[in-house]
Amino acid sequence: MRQLPLAAALILGAATALPAQDRPELVIYTYESFVSEWGPGPVIAAKFEETCACTVRFVGAGDGAALLGRLRLEGARTEADIVLGLDTNLTADAAATGLFVPHGIEVPTLDLPVAWDDPVFLPYDWGYFAFVYDASRLDNVPGSFEALIASDVSIVIHDPRSSTPGLGLLMWVKTAYGDRAPEIWEGLRERIVTVTPGWSEAYGLFLNGEVDMALAYTTSPAYHLIAEEDDAKRAAMFDEGHYMQIEVAGMTAASGQPELARSFLAFMLTDGFQSVIPTTNWMYPARVPAEGLPAGFETLAVPETPLLLSPEEARDARDAALDEWLRALSR
Amino acid sequence: MAARAQPLGWGIRAGGGLALALVAALTLGTLAALAVRAEPGRGLGAGDWAAVRFTLVQALLSAGLSVALAVPAARALARRRFAGRGVLVALLGAPFLLPAIVAVFGLVAIWGRGGLVSAAVAPLGFGPVDLYGLRGVVLAHVFFNLPLVTRLLLLGWAAIPAEQFRLAAQLGFGPRETFRHIEWPMLRAVVPGAFTLVFLLCMTSFAVALTLGGGPGATTIELAIYQAIRFDFDLARAAVLALLQFGLCGVVALLAARIRTEAGFGGGLGAPVRRWDTAGPGLRRLDGAVLLALGLFVGMPLAAVAVQGAPGLAELPASVWPAAGLSLVVALVSAGLALALGLGLAALIDAARARGRGGMLEGFGMIGLAASPFVIGTGLFIVLHPLTDPFALAVPVTASVNAMMALPFVLRSLLPALAEARTVDGRLADSLGMAGASRFRLVVWPRLRRPAGFAAGLAAALSMGDLGVIALFAPPEVATLPLLMQRLMAAFRTEAAAGVALVLVGLTFALFWVFDRWGRADAEV
Repeated sequence: MRQLPLAAALILGAATALPAQDRPELVIYTYESFVSEWGPGPVIAAKFEETCACTVRFVGAGDGAALLGRLRLEGARTEADIVLGLDTNLTADAAATGLFVPHGIEVPTLDLPVAWDDPVFLPYDWGYFAFVYDASRLDNVPGSFEALIASDVSIVIHDPRSSTPGLGLLMWVKTAYGDRAPEIWEGLRERIVTVTPGWSEAYGLFLNGEVDMALAYTTSPAYHLIAEEDDAKRAAMFDEGHYMQIEVAGMTAASGQPELARSFLAFMLTDGFQSVIPTTNWMYPARVPAEGLPAGFETLAVPETPLLLSPEEARDARDAALDEWLRALSR
Repeated sequence: MAARAQPLGWGIRAGGGLALALVAALTLGTLAALAVRAEPGRGLGAGDWAAVRFTLVQALLSAGLSVALAVPAARALARRRFAGRGVLVALLGAPFLLPAIVAVFGLVAIWGRGGLVSAAVAPLGFGPVDLYGLRGVVLAHVFFNLPLVTRLLLLGWAAIPAEQFRLAAQLGFGPRETFRHIEWPMLRAVVPGAFTLVFLLCMTSFAVALTLGGGPGATTIELAIYQAIRFDFDLARAAVLALLQFGLCGVVALLAARIRTEAGFGGGLGAPVRRWDTAGPGLRRLDGAVLLALGLFVGMPLAAVAVQGAPGLAELPASVWPAAGLSLVVALVSAGLALALGLGLAALIDAARARGRGGMLEGFGMIGLAASPFVIGTGLFIVLHPLTDPFALAVPVTASVNAMMALPFVLRSLLPALAEARTVDGRLADSLGMAGASRFRLVVWPRLRRPAGFAAGLAAALSMGDLGVIALFAPPEVATLPLLMQRLMAAFRTEAAAGVALVLVGLTFALFWVFDRWGRADAEV
């Protein structure tokens, strides 16, 4: 028993270098994959530290609603200066908690398909949800939800209650079909092989060949193209349009160093941050850096009709859409 | 009676008390923290009740099938000696050690739409096997638990003294009479506990039940809790659901404890078991078929895991080794802790059983398995956050939670052996006035060593594969192998993740094997 705290101290001591005493520490809550060694976190922290005379500490605190839940648990006592990784399906709820303050930054020109005027949250990347398939395995690629329903193509989706893309798909169907959404889900039921709790299970089932298509992003094929030189993974383009995910960051009301937090949010929209995003987070940068997008991104299919609910509409639609989904898919 | 009042040393009693305190703090304590912090929520909805129903149905089916199939499997293993038997017994330890997502991919490779079985029946004109739904969930749970129950029953068979079978042979017992008079009483002592264990494990299933469930019709209570905490931030509803989960598990544990009877075989000299009732060619073929089916059922998905992971071994990131080190440290600490606490608690329970009680204590010791990792994590966070930086405590917190989760396995393994030490050697030890350390060393430990090794191996393995709590507390620089796997998958590196999974499975299996082997150093089972 006595070795327990000792072992812990050794491991943690070896793993976490102590921040220098004279430098302020900027604490950023975000999701796990952002801070892993393959995510954007480590490079972005190093780049910001070059300019800020501070230490950046990322904390993996769950994604989507879980990230917001963590902040609500901690309330005014939170250590976080910045929360990075919410999306527009959540920003109405997040703003209503009063735990965030306006960023107060003059927003530079953004490369989003929609106008941006949120005073509290700033976007750092975005993408379109899409079903990804393997062209070497699937010929008759459906071009719409209705074509998908009429086909014999098998898909895997995520549970909207535990996965952010899962919630995105819910909003996608709702936005595209409104009152017809239950009917669409009813039709999709036969095509859905299973509903997974998150990304890993669904994408794994797709790569293992268990299903024809998996819910992902139009930018997901870029990983296979750039990192694996595999151009067979593609996103199916749907006539209804594709729902967008815009990922945002905001500064907390509890932060004791709002100036530092604000300077990070400003840095977030510069090339130093934005150029890291495409090949680590595999999303479109909110502001395309001067050198443009990495080679390979030009091959990605771009939906003709972007779909997006405003944060308020998304909040109001969420519970009813979830009920419809549950009713249609629970036999 | 005065002489036997204190056969336990104070150290063991203290261990038992500590175990109870830990279980109470981590289960009821975290639940209370959640309830105190909660604001009024919307209460349980129709979806929550559907989740309760599905959870109960799948857990009862999974536990019932696992136990029903384990009886012939364990019986065949217990009465046959053949080349490769040791390998098969070791293999039985493996499914249980697999992290949920690895097991799912292994099972899908065999039973899925694109799996081996579907491919095998396609030329016969049958469509692909439809794995997803209740049957997929139950199949996966049986894959996890049938081997575990088989091992537990095998311990029960091993505890039947050789003299019983010799006597049976002298009385001219055939297989049927042997079953009725020797094996059935043993099963009545062991099966209820094993059933409870599997039932509890299946009650709290999350990733397996969801991924193979096919849709929201297969929602478990665990997902409803997750939804309440993470999606709706409705802590009150999460607390109610967690309480419901405890209640259901408690009822089943108590019922099972009530059905249980002591076997009461009396003593033996510990000679190797010889069987005279099982030589017939029909029985031999039957046992052979049972064992072959068991080997294939367990072995094929495991082989699939190895095949999927092998290419990824070339792509392992450097961070796999520190992660492996951390996983090992946490596993060893939790195994040690679980064994120490479990020994104490098992001794307390056994002392209570000697007086005809102990059911409540036993149920309480098992309840850790009914606890939702999400409730434990969130509750701990609520308690720890105002006091200290929870991240600094990531490793000890994870080790303690894992130890508590492993307690039921330790109890299940140790209790039959303790009962045996009490009923068989207890009076002799009493008459010799043996108590405290010397009684433990000379009387109890020789019977305890084998199940203790098995239990410590299980505890270590459980901890190795656990993702639950560390994911909530670990800072990004700290990763265990399951966490690293998840990060790789989120970064599209599926192949490397499969490689890490293979490393994880290999290490876990090695760890389990070492403990198990240590326990069996002087035995043949």
